[in-house]
Amino acid sequence: MTLLDLLLEPLQYDFMVRALATTVLASVVCALLSCWLILVGWSLMGDAVSHAVLPGVVLAYVVGAPFALGALVFGVLAVILIGVVRDSGRIREDAAIGIVFTTLFALGLVLISVTPSQTDLNHIIFGNILGVSPAELAQVAVLAGIAFTVLVLKRRDLTLYAFDPAHAHAIGLSPRRLGALLLGLLALTAVVALQVVGVILVVAMLIIPGATARLLTDRFGRMLVIAPILSATCSVAGIYLSYWLDAAPGGLVVVVQGSVFALAHLLSPHGGLLRLQARRAPAAAR
Amino acid sequence: MTAAVEVDDVVVRYGDVLALDGASLTVRPGRVTGLVGMNGSGKSTLFKTIMGLVRPDQGRVRVLGTDPDAARRRGVVGYVPQSDGIDWGFPVSVREVVMMGRYGHQGLTRRPRLADHTAVDEALDRVELSELAGRQIGQLSGGQRKRAFVARGIAQEAPVLLLDEPFAGVDKRTEATIVRLLRELADDGRTILVSTHDLHALPQLADESILLLHRVLFHGPTTDALRPERLARAFGLDTGLDLGGKVVVA
Ligand SMILES: Nc1ncnc2c1ncn2[C@@H]1O[C@H](COP(=O)(O)OP(=O)(O)OP(=O)(O)O)[C@@H](O)[C@H]1O
Ligand SMILES: [Mg+2]
Repeated sequence: MTLLDLLLEPLQYDFMVRALATTVLASVVCALLSCWLILVGWSLMGDAVSHAVLPGVVLAYVVGAPFALGALVFGVLAVILIGVVRDSGRIREDAAIGIVFTTLFALGLVLISVTPSQTDLNHIIFGNILGVSPAELAQVAVLAGIAFTVLVLKRRDLTLYAFDPAHAHAIGLSPRRLGALLLGLLALTAVVALQVVGVILVVAMLIIPGATARLLTDRFGRMLVIAPILSATCSVAGIYLSYWLDAAPGGLVVVVQGSVFALAHLLSPHGGLLRLQARRAPAAAR
Repeated sequence: MTAAVEVDDVVVRYGDVLALDGASLTVRPGRVTGLVGMNGSGKSTLFKTIMGLVRPDQGRVRVLGTDPDAARRRGVVGYVPQSDGIDWGFPVSVREVVMMGRYGHQGLTRRPRLADHTAVDEALDRVELSELAGRQIGQLSGGQRKRAFVARGIAQEAPVLLLDEPFAGVDKRTEATIVRLLRELADDGRTILVSTHDLHALPQLADESILLLHRVLFHGPTTDALRPERLARAFGLDTGLDLGGKVVVA
């Protein structure tokens, strides 16, 4: 059996083709967004929003509305609540985020436990990439397409917002509106990603690719190319591994992404091995 | 004679702190106006009020005949802030930072056109950073970073340019470069308001100067502003003045 056979064999199953297509779509758009999230310092916010969408998704299931709508509503609700708690003055932002997202997530768990359903709502928590239906794939494609298009068209404004919001304001842009746009995209992207890895691991897809790309380049423009390519490759590798090893696909996707980050950290000029060597070199020369 | 910037009886409070207490002034076009005052006298607050970053509790600000928000949207004010709450590790090059000054001239996706590239090249050239244009912004020295942000203000081609302490932590040569640049821009007809603590360089820099201590103590020719008794009031030193004394003799 050649390597090619090994790669082609899973593709004879429709569910594998759908799994791979969904994974590639989700990882590309997540990776793109992650470039801004890590630079604005919104990793924790990404974690919060992606957990907080759970009750929204469950309620959407109950009333038969699109998942994305429920997720968007609860993502925005989470952001507003975090702002309210933080602005009350005594509670710091990290605590506010922790309180709001765990509470909303817990509410989602409660809702799942009392919702009778044919499909297993636990799939929302852990992902169900191998069971993606053609309709779900279509929904992912539409949402990912919207998020991708907006991110690419607005990339320069978003970068300015991340780098110097005061200047954005000075030239007549609204930092508040750009921040809201980024949050909206975050909620949208979280819905896309939870199909693949589930609510709990979404944040990995929203942070690791951007962070890995950041280690490999000093150019934001290049990050926007490196992150999606790397992330899509890792995710596809994770799905294949899960097929061969018969292990959890969502988990493997994240494990591969994390491993590649570790590798980049060791090899990149900014951290890890090379820097250690560079630090040692002058000492040796003395 | 029209005013480029009009500040009328502006009061700004931060909680209990009174930063501006009835400040009124008029900045004239085609000139460099110096803004001088001790730490905490309200210089940065004045800039932020003109930019619409801080809302006055009382009083009115007009920039080229409109309110600050409208002026910003029209892109007629450039601003080089003092406090750089900037993440210097951010992966952008010097050139990309200067290009950000052009966004107001560009379409929705901010795709740079030839005119934008030309303006950026020229601005980089004027602050003598052309050679370092490809560097990541954090890989510049403090003075070079200042110049990069001045270049961004220039590239914006705004008729009114506000600079908050562009000479802080900058060596004499860079300071001379920026002074020459600001003079050229004023000669082109732009309005420059610049705050500084360097009183020695003030006469070369500014046609007229404002002494600020929560309100305007003096506004007139720079040489008059530098009179010891005036400086003493502005800096809250009412006796024995060394620092102003030397400056004024010139
Ligand atoms: N965001 C803020 N919150 C509370 N107080 C503030 C704030 N910004 C400024 N202040 C206070 O307002 C007063 C004026 O500050 P401002 O920054 O305008 O002074 P400045 O003239 O620019 O001083 P410097 O020469 O040190 O830059 C000071 O007493 C300062 O402590
Ligand atoms: Mg100041």
